[in-house]
Amino acid sequence: MTNESAEHILSYGKLVTVWVTLLVLTAATIMVTRVELGVWKVWAALAIASIKSGLVIAFFMHMKYEPRLFRIILFVALFTLAGFIGGTFFDVLYR
Amino acid sequence: MSQETATAEGGFWSDSGKTGIGSWIFSTDHKRIGLMYLYCVLSFFMVGVLLGVLIRLELIAPGPTIVTAQTYNALFTVHGVVMIFLFIIPGIPASFGNLVLPIQLGARDVAFPRVNLFSWWLYVIGAVIVLVSLFTGGGAPDTGWTFYVPFSARTTTNVSLAVFGVFILGFSSILTGINFVTTIHRMRAPGMNWTRIPLFTWSLYATAWVQILATPIIAITLLLVVTERILGLGLFDPSRGGDPIMFQHMFWIYSHPAVYIMILPGMGVISDIIPVFSRKPIFGYKMIAFSSLAIAAAGSAVWGHHMYTSGMSDLGVMVFSFLTFLVAIPSAIKVFNWVSTMYKGSISLEAPMLFALSFILLFSIGGLSGLILGAASTDIHVHDTHFVVGHFHYVMFGGTGFAFFAAAHYWLPKYFGRRYEEKPAIIGWVLMFIGFNVLYFTMQVLGMEGMPRRYYDYLPEFARLNLVATVGSWIMVAGILIVLWNLWRGLLKGEPFTGNPWGGATLEWSIPTPPPTENFEEDPVVTHGPYDFKGAGVP
Repeated sequence: MTNESAEHILSYGKLVTVWVTLLVLTAATIMVTRVELGVWKVWAALAIASIKSGLVIAFFMHMKYEPRLFRIILFVALFTLAGFIGGTFFDVLYR
Repeated sequence: MSQETATAEGGFWSDSGKTGIGSWIFSTDHKRIGLMYLYCVLSFFMVGVLLGVLIRLELIAPGPTIVTAQTYNALFTVHGVVMIFLFIIPGIPASFGNLVLPIQLGARDVAFPRVNLFSWWLYVIGAVIVLVSLFTGGGAPDTGWTFYVPFSARTTTNVSLAVFGVFILGFSSILTGINFVTTIHRMRAPGMNWTRIPLFTWSLYATAWVQILATPIIAITLLLVVTERILGLGLFDPSRGGDPIMFQHMFWIYSHPAVYIMILPGMGVISDIIPVFSRKPIFGYKMIAFSSLAIAAAGSAVWGHHMYTSGMSDLGVMVFSFLTFLVAIPSAIKVFNWVSTMYKGSISLEAPMLFALSFILLFSIGGLSGLILGAASTDIHVHDTHFVVGHFHYVMFGGTGFAFFAAAHYWLPKYFGRRYEEKPAIIGWVLMFIGFNVLYFTMQVLGMEGMPRRYYDYLPEFARLNLVATVGSWIMVAGILIVLWNLWRGLLKGEPFTGNPWGGATLEWSIPTPPPTENFEEDPVVTHGPYDFKGAGVP
């Protein structure tokens, strides 16, 4: 199964597009810090970071082209991490 | 599959033709790696026991007795670090998991044998670093095994090196987890479908997921403590804008699931032993298997119950208290199913079964006292008292510790080809059981009366019960020594252990004793369930 994904080579155009998107999102992260959003600032930063990591995982790490089992396993890990971060918010946001 | 006459030198001990220490420390055979883990964790267990006895000796009477207050702080810290990170976390999964898991699946080894050896080496390196930290720098850490900030960021003791050692140990744990998950997914023999996997291996599957997903959190947390100490970043120090409660979140996000890394394999051991010694198929196989996953999942969402008095938000307290009660459901499913398995069974009270039965009782007492701690309203009264220490030891030692000894009596004769004597094993078990309850039940009563944990001195009204607890520790240690001496002598010089004397139906009992290096002469085809004694042809 790993051979299937190894044979899938992404075009330079697609890789550059993802890279530029990541740079734009990085700029967005910085811009968000300068806008007065209150507690939503954290959510905005997390949302942008999630999109960025999603792009890296999907294209640079080839997860978009991997078998379903691998994607499920990755999703379990991401879901768990989101749960860990989310759980702390029961405290941090209402302290 | 054929049953051969056992010899102490047979099977994987000699069939590779390699001898000397190099044939062990560079071996990729899962059985040799499992035994190396076993020797290591048992050595550290004895170190931890010795430190525990010293703690109890100090507390035998009020005021200074055998050590100074600073040494006492180091004693309980190092006792915790050694027992948690060097014994109980790798105890069952790394030693018995390595010994048993591939064979139970019908595989010749784990999926990544070299990674397996590497993880043992990481364990040894991490352990050495932890041990070096005790005798170098500012001396042994004095923070408690939880390394709470801001104290751990400020103390002059050698916390940085100790937490770095624990950081390395974490990678060992992650690699073992990855190896086991991959092995279970990819290396099962033909016919070994998911509902034929033995429950011990099922429990290791759930454990491995927790190892993979939660351990990185402690790794980064401990690195942050080191950076806090060395660079003064102010991440956790409130005087520099940091948040010490965030450390507690990050620490317990790993360390509470780690409790399930410790207990789930123990539950797996019990699930394999109870049916064999009751001569009955397990009751509720699927529920036990899925309850392991449920415990792993629910157990990962309840870390906040360690923090009710930390200053966490009231909403956080309520949410984590509610979630904590959910863990009781899959835990109770297991206990009810074990008891139901024994109902109307033909129970044989041999050493593995005695340890397994005491596991159920002691784990239940620990679990029920956990409800008092899980409910925020009652926890506030006993938080940071000896009640917590008693509860923790009921689940971790009464649970996992007794399961470890159950596994040792059940499986080790298979790997050594010789067996221990039954009578000393039972005498040792009786002493352990009595001493354990005298020690830890007394601790729970002391906690209810208000004796704080980690205190060097105490009020005179606690003196009598502290004396009782200390005497209990002597009885328990006498039992442990008898059990270990009997195992050691029996496995090296005891009567030959051949065939399938326990009458197990899982695959490890179908191969020669001791198992050959590649486990199976030819790849097995699995045609029956792990507790289908008739299908396995076991009388």
